[in-house]
Amino acid sequence: MSDAESVADAGFDEWLDAAEDGKAYALECANGHGSLPPRRVCPDCGSTDLEEVALPETGAVQTFTITHVPTPAFEEDAPYATAIADFGSVGITGQVIGVEPGDVETGMTVELEITVSETTGERVIGFQPV
Amino acid sequence: MSDVRVAGTGLTPFGNSPERTGRDLFAEASITAFEASGVPRDDVEAVLYGNFMGELSEHQGHQGPLMAEAAGVQAPATRYESACASSGTAVREAVKRIRNGENDVLLVGGAERMTNLGTAGATEALAIAADDLWEVRAGVTFPGAYALMAQAYFDRFGGEHEDLAHIAVKNHANALTNEKAQYQSAIEVSDVLEAPPVSEPLGLYDACPISDGAAALVLTSESYAKEHDLEAPVAITGTGQGGDRMALHDREHLARSPAAREAGEEAYADAGVDAGDVDLAEVHDCFTIAEVLALEALDLEPIGEGISAARDGRTTADGETPINLSGGLKAKGHPVGATGASQIAEVTDLLAGEHPNSEHVDGATTGVAHNAGGTVASATVHVLEVTDR
Ligand SMILES: [Zn+2]
Repeated sequence: MSDAESVADAGFDEWLDAAEDGKAYALECANGHGSLPPRRVCPDCGSTDLEEVALPETGAVQTFTITHVPTPAFEEDAPYATAIADFGSVGITGQVIGVEPGDVETGMTVELEITVSETTGERVIGFQPV
Repeated sequence: MSDVRVAGTGLTPFGNSPERTGRDLFAEASITAFEASGVPRDDVEAVLYGNFMGELSEHQGHQGPLMAEAAGVQAPATRYESACASSGTAVREAVKRIRNGENDVLLVGGAERMTNLGTAGATEALAIAADDLWEVRAGVTFPGAYALMAQAYFDRFGGEHEDLAHIAVKNHANALTNEKAQYQSAIEVSDVLEAPPVSEPLGLYDACPISDGAAALVLTSESYAKEHDLEAPVAITGTGQGGDRMALHDREHLARSPAAREAGEEAYADAGVDAGDVDLAEVHDCFTIAEVLALEALDLEPIGEGISAARDGRTTADGETPINLSGGLKAKGHPVGATGASQIAEVTDLLAGEHPNSEHVDGATTGVAHNAGGTVASATVHVLEVTDR
């Protein structure tokens, strides 16, 4: 894994850069199907005409878990809360930050905030409750 | 169209044997399967083999030919990979080949070596069944993904950890007589509730263990079985496969398994049966919540009610439809590449009256095996029936 880490993942790393600048986006086809990059084709309808659209400011937690037994990449971070939150036409998986894991609830309103793994220093998608 | 007969089944013990190589495990399972079948190795026309993490655990890709060699078979061999549904997809391809007349005799199975990676290494290896960019890098583990589904299920349909605990208790009870099972020990609901959390709401006793093991099946056409007077009363009469979006957050349902429903509907239609005909099933209970989702997807329980099936005794050994009489992945163990083929072996043995738990399903004629990959982005379902006795 260490060799690969120096190489950007086209689409994904650019998305993290944009999210850090407060400009996170989804890809959308003309039918309004949202998806996350990197992607050239809409997985719902096969459209190849995808446009970047800004994500809403906030999302809503759909479900969550508190992980105590992590992979080695998150050894120092555990326990941590992971959630799936809906942001307009897309769902995103991220770690809930800024609150105790036990205080996370379904329906909670969150903002995107890119954080870093305490274990590896790598960037991680975070959700900050508002 | 030819019926596909299960002529022989072979399983290694599932469990903790980090020193054993994949090739050793698969050799043992295949020897048992050939002996049980009475089919000579020379008659095998191809080997279809399931494996998921061989590159990580054994530094070994291209396992098809290696495993054919380990089994003593000289025939073309292919590895099938669909995460934890790897050998389910291998069985499905074998069934299609025999049905279309391409082959009469196939060796099908799978193996996985996992415990040599340790808990952290195996957790990392299993996690790659999820979307690396959008799930794994956010800290999602395999138990974590199922925990996300469990919480979504509780929020949508109700139920609590104690309901799930009854599933673990049931599957451990079923494994008591299974000498190949990793855990042959009874547990109580309180053990599940008091176990250390892995990914809340799931704890250590909601999760299947990390296992080494192999499974092998000798499958033949009906005509070959008749010509050679094989003792092979059980046939695979239905096969189905379903798919879903890779990442959980891209799914329409977080608390249901549409891929398994699609696979089940296809397999039932293929066999000409419906859920009401099913006498027993082996379902993919990698976590307690997975058994709930499987029962509902296979129409064995209404949506939202599978959570109470074990607690209320509908799926216990003496219930209406016993589920996971082998002990399931939970107590039998889950060497991922071997699991799908092992489920077919258990259902075959249960229907043939050759399983320690066959007494609980006396006179049963129809069984189902459900094998899921990742968070059920892949699923296969097979229907097995007794064709003659
Ligand atoms: Zn579209």
